[in-house]
Amino acid sequence: MKTLVIAEHDNSTLKAATLNAVAAAQAMGGEVDILVAGANCGAVADAAAQVSGVTKVVCADNPAYEHQLAENVSLLIAELGAGYDNLLAASTANGKNIMPRAAALLDVGQISDILSVEGADTFKRPIYAGNVIATVQSADPKKVITVRTTAFDAVAAEGGSATIEACASVHDAGVSRFIREEVAQSDRPELTSASVVISGGRGMQNGDNFSLLEGIADKLNAAIGASRAAVDAGFVPNDYQVGQTGKIVAPDLYIAVGISGAIQHLAGMKDSKVIVAINKDEDAPIFQVADYGLVADLFEALPELEAAI
Amino acid sequence: MKALVAVKRVVDYNVKVRAKADGSDVDLNNVKMAINPFCEIAVEEAVRLKEAGTVSEIIAVSVGESSCQEQIRTALALGADRGIHVEVEGKPEPLSIAKLLKGVIEKESPDLVIMGKQSIDGDNNQTGQMLGALTGMGQGTFASEIKIADGAIEVIREVDGGLQTVALTLPAIITTDLRLNEPRYASLPNIMKAKKKPLDTYTPEDLSVAVTSHVTQVSVAPPPERAAGIKVEDVAQLVDKLKNEAKVIS
Repeated sequence: MKTLVIAEHDNSTLKAATLNAVAAAQAMGGEVDILVAGANCGAVADAAAQVSGVTKVVCADNPAYEHQLAENVSLLIAELGAGYDNLLAASTANGKNIMPRAAALLDVGQISDILSVEGADTFKRPIYAGNVIATVQSADPKKVITVRTTAFDAVAAEGGSATIEACASVHDAGVSRFIREEVAQSDRPELTSASVVISGGRGMQNGDNFSLLEGIADKLNAAIGASRAAVDAGFVPNDYQVGQTGKIVAPDLYIAVGISGAIQHLAGMKDSKVIVAINKDEDAPIFQVADYGLVADLFEALPELEAAI
Repeated sequence: MKALVAVKRVVDYNVKVRAKADGSDVDLNNVKMAINPFCEIAVEEAVRLKEAGTVSEIIAVSVGESSCQEQIRTALALGADRGIHVEVEGKPEPLSIAKLLKGVIEKESPDLVIMGKQSIDGDNNQTGQMLGALTGMGQGTFASEIKIADGAIEVIREVDGGLQTVALTLPAIITTDLRLNEPRYASLPNIMKAKKKPLDTYTPEDLSVAVTSHVTQVSVAPPPERAAGIKVEDVAQLVDKLKNEAKVIS
């Protein structure tokens, strides 16, 4: 059995989500290779070759892949897919964008967001916003899969010694063009890989009050998140959103502040190791998933908490 | 410009869906059904493009059992001009739906296809991208803003950590994210008018598509429950617990 994992990267660094996808690939057994499709992405290929347990890194370095447009990269994956039994990617915005397109080119189904590998063709995945876990079986000869990164412990980024093979195949579908990217700049860790996350909800009342979370986030080296209600109310941008329709996180510590705990939010954070909820409504559903609940006015509790840690 | 909007009939988003006790499937007896929220955003976007004079005709298409005509009528009440129902029994998979939509596209030749990024039942997030592969069209997935000018479309996409803007040649496929727009409610007069709008029905044979199964559901189960936690008295006790019991802060 041979599995190709599509690397998550920005042409200069290999993103941690790749390590979770490699873990899922190793759970399936057999040989694991990594595809780095980008432009001037040699450093990423070098990093991918260090990943523990990887046999080969295929590096497709061409301007056509610079922004990893789905129209182009899916053609490359479909071509390389001929030599593999499984094609895997992390369930990131990129993975979700590219993989179904590659699956359809190969005339196979896709299994999205797997939580576990139950057998060579059997997997668990969440449906209905995580309210139900389905066990599904693929009948396809080739499996295209996206991996929920929080469900697989990352493999070591070091210790491997894969060979790097250049791939000269160039696919430019000619129907799409990158214009620009606006990526929020922050000194804080990334939401999906932070070990501590502190999130605010509608109870924060406005965007300015999110500054109350910043001091605590600084002290704990935490990422700041938000509920969909806070995003919908315009307090913070959408990339803060934790939930079924936003980011799925599973840090060591998740602090939910002024968040009631709608199903859609719980779906994005309930796999966190320790959950703290601070809310003045003692009946808020968030307390049902919290390890430690504090019924308090957040405007009093947050400054106290910042002072106490 | 002609726009095709795909809509799916799903369980209403307010319903908390549970697995049946025997684990055979989810329990959907007597639950309220509705148009998938992301599809509703797709319909709204098409209607706004029509109001702006960019789009001249909106076709709402749904793939599924005869009951999904209800959701096509909802789309017609929201402003779509006519409907197409592709009648398929059971739960067709994303790849089959994409093949059927491609069949409709070949008949209708739309300039723009707008659909939801995912349906809130299967949470697959696949059909739009698969339709892109099958038709060769560009895909603007997870769109939060679109602009059409000079035979091309600019799409602002929600990506990890920010926003990405891409330009696609038309015809193209757009899949909607939450912030694209806020859908309107259908007015009673429009609901009445929608009943008289044309609605055609096709079978997969009409579209020369074989509906096949690639993935079968073996069983379903509720997610693992978290053990009940405790309520702390104050911030001092919380910090003490986090330091000395959970050991997640130092």
